[in-house]
Amino acid sequence: MRITKDLVAASATPLVLGILSEGESYGYAILKQVDDLSGGQLEWTEGLLYPLLHRLERLGHVESFWVTPPGGRRRKYYRITEQGRAELAEQRRQWATVVDALRGVWSAAQTSTPIMPAWEAGR
Amino acid sequence: MTIDSDLEGQIAEWRAYMDRRRELHRTDAEELEDHLRSRITELAQGGLRTDEAFLIAVKRMGSLDELSREFAREHSDRLWKQLVLPSESDAPTAARTRRELPVMVLCAALAALAIKAPALFGLGLGEDDDAAFYARNLSLFALPALAAYFAWQRRVGLPVVAVLGALFVLGAVAANAYPLDDDAHTLVLTAIHLPLALWLVVGVAYVGGDWRSDRRRMDFIRFTGEWLIYIALLALGGGVLTLFTVGTFEAIGIDAEGFVSQWLLPCGAMAAIVVAAWLVEAKQSVIENMAPVLTRVFTPLFAATLLAFLVAFIATNNGIDVERDVLILFDLLLVVVLGLLLYAISARDLTARPGLFDRLQLVLVVSALVIDVLVLLAITGRITEFGFSPNKTAALGENLILLANLGWSAWLFLGFLRGRMTFAHLERWQTRYLAVYAVWAWTVVLAFPPVFDFA
Repeated sequence: MRITKDLVAASATPLVLGILSEGESYGYAILKQVDDLSGGQLEWTEGLLYPLLHRLERLGHVESFWVTPPGGRRRKYYRITEQGRAELAEQRRQWATVVDALRGVWSAAQTSTPIMPAWEAGR
Repeated sequence: MTIDSDLEGQIAEWRAYMDRRRELHRTDAEELEDHLRSRITELAQGGLRTDEAFLIAVKRMGSLDELSREFAREHSDRLWKQLVLPSESDAPTAARTRRELPVMVLCAALAALAIKAPALFGLGLGEDDDAAFYARNLSLFALPALAAYFAWQRRVGLPVVAVLGALFVLGAVAANAYPLDDDAHTLVLTAIHLPLALWLVVGVAYVGGDWRSDRRRMDFIRFTGEWLIYIALLALGGGVLTLFTVGTFEAIGIDAEGFVSQWLLPCGAMAAIVVAAWLVEAKQSVIENMAPVLTRVFTPLFAATLLAFLVAFIATNNGIDVERDVLILFDLLLVVVLGLLLYAISARDLTARPGLFDRLQLVLVVSALVIDVLVLLAITGRITEFGFSPNKTAALGENLILLANLGWSAWLFLGFLRGRMTFAHLERWQTRYLAVYAVWAWTVVLAFPPVFDFA
């Protein structure tokens, strides 16, 4: 199954904010976590992830810092801000509404008769 | 994982490729490199050889074009090159580049203070009696500070510093030792030519004492063009600042004009000379050079104007009205044409084949030459009639120097268009000719006053 580009893009921000709300992380780890969470269905590219992280940083939803482990290469970490948490809560509300609406549509579609043109139904 | 030198080499190559992308900053490339390494490590732990892991990791990252495009969408501002001050950069920089800004500010402050120093000895700025003093010494306030900045920046050796110092002292002596009246013609000549002579001394500091090198001389020519543009921009900004300073203080009943004319304008102008030079240096690799761009725009326009003038001159058969200022006007015209030529050369790829623009350039130079010869013919009679005054001699000398330069340039240009000569000849001719300007400027400053009896 391939998830469309629009859907991937729309769900990217809440996913990143959600992952970062559990603790600070860095690009590759975030990518792995998205992979695990979606069972490999959500394929994120680096071209999606890093510009998104930079945009969230510019908007003030996350902040970044470099960490240099002793004897290692420095790595850029991201951490969610208070504003980011508020944004995440807002996104959750919006997504819940969308999911509820979709659920309603799916169950209605299952119970009702298949949609048929009127002239065919009247025969 | 053991350090795999092959892998490191491959990663370094990949990184160099990334660093060439303008959309990707150094830190972005570093972040992506970390990503790449994480993936390679993971793939290698899964049992792949490191070179295989590298290939897969790079492949997964997708094409660099696509990646850059995504980055550019978020960072569209990066396509507009910005001037980054060394202190703002998050990359670790050498202590010396961090000191650049303070040293520049120090030199600018020295230049600004220097113009106020004579006031301590009772030589008031803006007083009519002392106007002559400031006129002939104007270049001696800011240019030593500018030379000092370059001397520091280029780490020139002691001998060069000594030569620079000696030349500035010579300039100061020439400007002040001769018994010149305040309204002497040679005083005006000194006021015009000393800045020129000292600017070329700054050039020695700019090239770090390596003044024999043609390439470095060309750099100095490029620098001069950009510097002129920046000083004009700074002057515009300074004008706006002055207007608001006077206007806002006037609104609350305070007269700020004294402060503006005594401090803001003179100190600001002197500091601007150093600041403009620093800006040119700082943005060198960041922003496209403006002088060649302006040259591209104005070369066809000037060529058309000069041709139209020639046609009108021949058609109407009007003689040239040999006024006092006409020689100076045509000197300036030659300077402009020479400038257009120089900045076209400065931006040219030396190996490129002759094109339409080069032909246009030749038309411009030749028509300027023809016009100048006409003017010279018209003026010779007048000079033989009234004898040599210092002004006329200087104007005539300059005219001949520029004529010689443009004449030989036109010859070289023709050779180049016919494919007999390389463009480098033309460049070398122009850079070598700088010495002629230096000799002439110093001659006017040093020899003219005694030769013309301090008239």
